[in-house]
Amino acid sequence: MKAYRIRLVAWHVFKESVRDRVLYGIGAFALLLVAASALIGQITAGQDLKIIKDLGLSTIEFAGALMTVFIGVGLVAREIDRRSIDSLLAKPLPRWEFIVGKYAGLVLTIAVNVALMTLALFAMLAWLRWTSPEGVRLSWDAPALDPHLLLVVALTMGELAVLTAVALFFSSFSSSAFWSVVFTIGLYIAGLNSHDLRHFTDLVQTPAVFGRLVDLVGWLLPAFDAFDRKIDVVHGLPVPLGFVAARLAYAAIYAAVALGGAMLVFSRREFK
Amino acid sequence: MTSRAAGLVGACALVGGLAAAAAVLHAGDVGYPATSGTERLLYVRSPSAARHLALSFKGLAADVYWMRTIQHFGGDLRSSRAAGRFELLQPLLALTTSLDPYFTVAYRVGAVFLAMPPPSGPGRVDQAVALLQKGLRASPDQWHYPYDIGFVYYLYAHEYGTAGTWFARAATMPGAPEWIRPLAAETVARGGDRAYARRLLAELVTSDQEYLRQDGRRGLAQVDALDAIDRLQALVEDYYTAAHVYPSSWSDLIRTGRLTGIPADDARVPFVYDPAAHLVLIGSTSPLAPLPLALGPMKPR
Repeated sequence: MKAYRIRLVAWHVFKESVRDRVLYGIGAFALLLVAASALIGQITAGQDLKIIKDLGLSTIEFAGALMTVFIGVGLVAREIDRRSIDSLLAKPLPRWEFIVGKYAGLVLTIAVNVALMTLALFAMLAWLRWTSPEGVRLSWDAPALDPHLLLVVALTMGELAVLTAVALFFSSFSSSAFWSVVFTIGLYIAGLNSHDLRHFTDLVQTPAVFGRLVDLVGWLLPAFDAFDRKIDVVHGLPVPLGFVAARLAYAAIYAAVALGGAMLVFSRREFK
Repeated sequence: MTSRAAGLVGACALVGGLAAAAAVLHAGDVGYPATSGTERLLYVRSPSAARHLALSFKGLAADVYWMRTIQHFGGDLRSSRAAGRFELLQPLLALTTSLDPYFTVAYRVGAVFLAMPPPSGPGRVDQAVALLQKGLRASPDQWHYPYDIGFVYYLYAHEYGTAGTWFARAATMPGAPEWIRPLAAETVARGGDRAYARRLLAELVTSDQEYLRQDGRRGLAQVDALDAIDRLQALVEDYYTAAHVYPSSWSDLIRTGRLTGIPADDARVPFVYDPAAHLVLIGSTSPLAPLPLALGPMKPR
């Protein structure tokens, strides 16, 4: 019964999200950017494959993050604004199931969009491979249709799953969507620099206590930069499956923690 | 006016407005051409800062800087500017390669840009070598980088000895093509270091490729011939010291006991003595001719 209810909420979120104009806007922008990479590649002295891969993978990550933030933070806030939360909570739906359902629905939405953008990227790469002479193909660091690109997409999906949980966490206690967006983006940017924070004392000479405190903050922040292996894959360098598995495990744990926090806050929240 | 007609008029007005804006822009460009002396800016110069600012989009940021590098090089190449020509080339390449340390083309093509002599480039061989060494530090098993360093020394600095040393280093790296080994030996020979050339040629003789072994054997025979020419030239000088006149032919040296017979190279072709120039030379019919110039024999007084 629990799983059924969660699935119902998730499916509702998915249907609602795919009708969101923001999603279409970001999606269209992303597809356009991936397509434009072919043109940009023409002015880079034979580096069109690298440009298409770099731009494609970065677009998937960036557009995915935008979708997560702008749709994710509105998930709960919108229900509160519309007062539809009252009727929802009046039903036999525990609050934690509501949060998990919302999370699953948004992750599904993001995953479908990431899959579509990945398809567009591979279509561009297939076109490049088809139009490039064999001599040019031999000079590439990695094949155009390199299946290892999917490892980076999987890592990006792990990163976005954590970001979704973080967005939902902020959305669960803030009554303003604006502040939820600000907090989520702030944490996202900090998380993209978390490696430097974790090794702060190696970079900066500082009193030991302060240094350890910053290190600790670095370990507690979501390590969004730890999912980034785009450069390696673009250059055909190996990305071990063990690494991907470890990062996805980290994503699962961190998302569970953030989601747990969201459930905790949301279960105690009073709606007047 | 129907709403359809009004829409059409509105669309035409928009297109006309855009055309008018473009015309005004063009008129401004023609009336006030951009001065070539405009200061070029690079907002972020620190590679470390750029890495932080690029967040997880370092590869993409590197692409952007690489495109700017090409534009900067191409723009200055075509312009007549004298001051600050190619001034941003090195910082742009430093940023590109710091953002993406495996950007092979940025290292290799960038080094050629940097090394090209004026007016086609800044002529900074030192910066070109430093850039390639940075690439080598990032990818220590990439033979292209030491090969390119050798290439830069060879072509732009004409330091053949140093170039040969780098070619030799490239030849020892995994995946390096076989042809680098003879190139290294020939370049070192061209640089004049006979002992090092002999060592590299001796390595070639042990190759599993017959054509390389042949190259190595011929190169060693050439170095032996050069050594022999030096010894023979010393005998000519010795004769001059004793007789105050240069020998007229090999027979003078044989008669005075300095030689036991007409000397020949490893290919059994006799060396030639030129009595007019007092020089010992390789025989013109010898398969060892011509000998590497830089390793050439000692000059007479």
